[in-house]
Amino acid sequence: MKAPTDRKYSKTHEWYLVNGDVVTMGITQHAADELTDITYIELPDVGATIGAGDSIGEVESVKATSEIFAAVGGAVLAVNEALSDHPELVNDDAFGDGWLVKLQASAPEALTALMDANQYKAFVENAEQS
Amino acid sequence: MKDFADRPQQDHPLLFEIGSPGLCAVSLPQLDVPPADEIDALPPELLADGPPALPEIGELDVVRHYKRLAHRCFSIDGNFYPLGSCTMKYNPRVNERVASMPGFAHVHPYQDDADVQGLLELLYLLRCDLAEIAGLSEVTLQPAAGAQGEMTGLMIINAYHQSRGEHRTQVLAPDTAHGTNPASCATCGCTSVPVRSRPDGRLDLDDLRRKVDRNTASLMITNPNTVGVFDGQIAEIAETIHAQGAQLYYDGANMNAILGVTRPGDFGVDVMHFNTHKTFSTPHGGGGPGAGPVAVAEHLRKFLPVPQVVKHEDGTYGWCNDRPESIGMVRSFFGQIGVLVRAYTYIRSLGCDGLRDVAEKAVLAANYLAARLKERYQMPIPPPYAHEFVTIPAFKDSKVTEHDIAKRLIDYGIHPPTMSWPIHHCLMIEPTETESRATLDEFVEVMLTIADEVEHYPERVRSAPHTTPVRRLDEVMASRKPNVRWRPR
Repeated sequence: MKAPTDRKYSKTHEWYLVNGDVVTMGITQHAADELTDITYIELPDVGATIGAGDSIGEVESVKATSEIFAAVGGAVLAVNEALSDHPELVNDDAFGDGWLVKLQASAPEALTALMDANQYKAFVENAEQS
Repeated sequence: MKDFADRPQQDHPLLFEIGSPGLCAVSLPQLDVPPADEIDALPPELLADGPPALPEIGELDVVRHYKRLAHRCFSIDGNFYPLGSCTMKYNPRVNERVASMPGFAHVHPYQDDADVQGLLELLYLLRCDLAEIAGLSEVTLQPAAGAQGEMTGLMIINAYHQSRGEHRTQVLAPDTAHGTNPASCATCGCTSVPVRSRPDGRLDLDDLRRKVDRNTASLMITNPNTVGVFDGQIAEIAETIHAQGAQLYYDGANMNAILGVTRPGDFGVDVMHFNTHKTFSTPHGGGGPGAGPVAVAEHLRKFLPVPQVVKHEDGTYGWCNDRPESIGMVRSFFGQIGVLVRAYTYIRSLGCDGLRDVAEKAVLAANYLAARLKERYQMPIPPPYAHEFVTIPAFKDSKVTEHDIAKRLIDYGIHPPTMSWPIHHCLMIEPTETESRATLDEFVEVMLTIADEVEHYPERVRSAPHTTPVRRLDEVMASRKPNVRWRPR
């Protein structure tokens, strides 16, 4: 299973890439694979303020609709506009071109409590076995 | 000679693509009054440029068109339909006979009560029967389907809390709940909070205790639940909910498993809805028609919708609007009458013992299938099951998914079960009580054959269905770039 080591992971299958106090987030390739072909993505407005733990939108596939949660609060700096016409970018490259949102994080240190790549891999494997 | 049987069936044209100008299916008589000059009476800017481009086809071609389409319809009258979560049982023919009686089929809601005493009596008796089956005090027949029943029930619960000077906004539902549960919460202005289930499919009581508080309006629970097991903790769940002043809501989607065996009112439920179209037969699918009567405990009766069908002291039947604390009307007129007539017929033709027999046979059939399939199909939840069970078709070194198995079942003339919910990659199988042992055995043989195919010819399964007018539909494109309007070629 793919999980780059440069970022943090949540139990709800989002990834967070920290650069100073700007946090880029998306959903993991595992989550995208489980959802299968994504058909629609709802994202917050640029400038909106998000609280830690809030739902910031949802991902819809032919199989399911799933909420996206932000483990860290802050202002929305940018959303991935390309996804409105090309939601498949998340399936093709969940950790790269399929990013969802960039946040000006109010407390990026909250992310240290999340899993690193190895912990996330173990978490997914455990969940699959049980 | 050309083999016409080989002609691809998807070439069957639309009505708009057949016929020719001037053809007509009906001959209208000459007008015996002078024609009104309606064109001049209308504002010119509202007039179309010409008559609409309606199909021009002869009667026989219209009949054949629909007959061909009808032959393609899949229904329980033709084939096995083990669709979990939405009981697809046989609709006995006597239901149709009764529902088509002129006294039920040809009446109008504005007729005088005196003209429709038979229908009113039936509705009154049905609401009493449903209250008895629910173990609750009173029933409204108004809601037109299960989801509207949920909304009605939650509105009643809101009215109850408000009458006590409380405003509670949180509704709990297990994480395996039907999607309609959280949707109904949102419709009623509440927030839905999921409660975790344990690996054996039962509710995690610790998680429930953590989440229930004085802001909890209710817990919505389905029992047996969506993974097909009866949660024996239900009395403890009810106690936990009631201790915080909240109400226990029962989603009656799986009522088929407990008919006459136990009653929601007896295990602590305050409000429930029936899906009469599931539990008490009546044909449904493709969105309707349904009926979602709601039953409530004594303390909630005064909030039920009006008008309520009642029996007057002189023995006649009529409508009562005198309920000042009622939540009001939730549907025009009196409910989905045709479905309710069928439900009443079903209940009365089976009787008390017959209804219990329904539940016992439905449970037996599901457990029989599970026991026979378990050699080749994984069962994530341990038995015994209620009226349905979930299985995960996972095969070693194979990329075949539940989706492929479902498609392959179509080739064998079996409707695919519910897929991928409430457990990832699962199939949810509900045979119902109406299938014979021979049909159940046939289904098992098909499932085992498919398991063999997965082992030896996986491509055959992955590319199914092979026998349908259209093969695999491009669901992804249909979602990403929906084409919702027909255009002439």
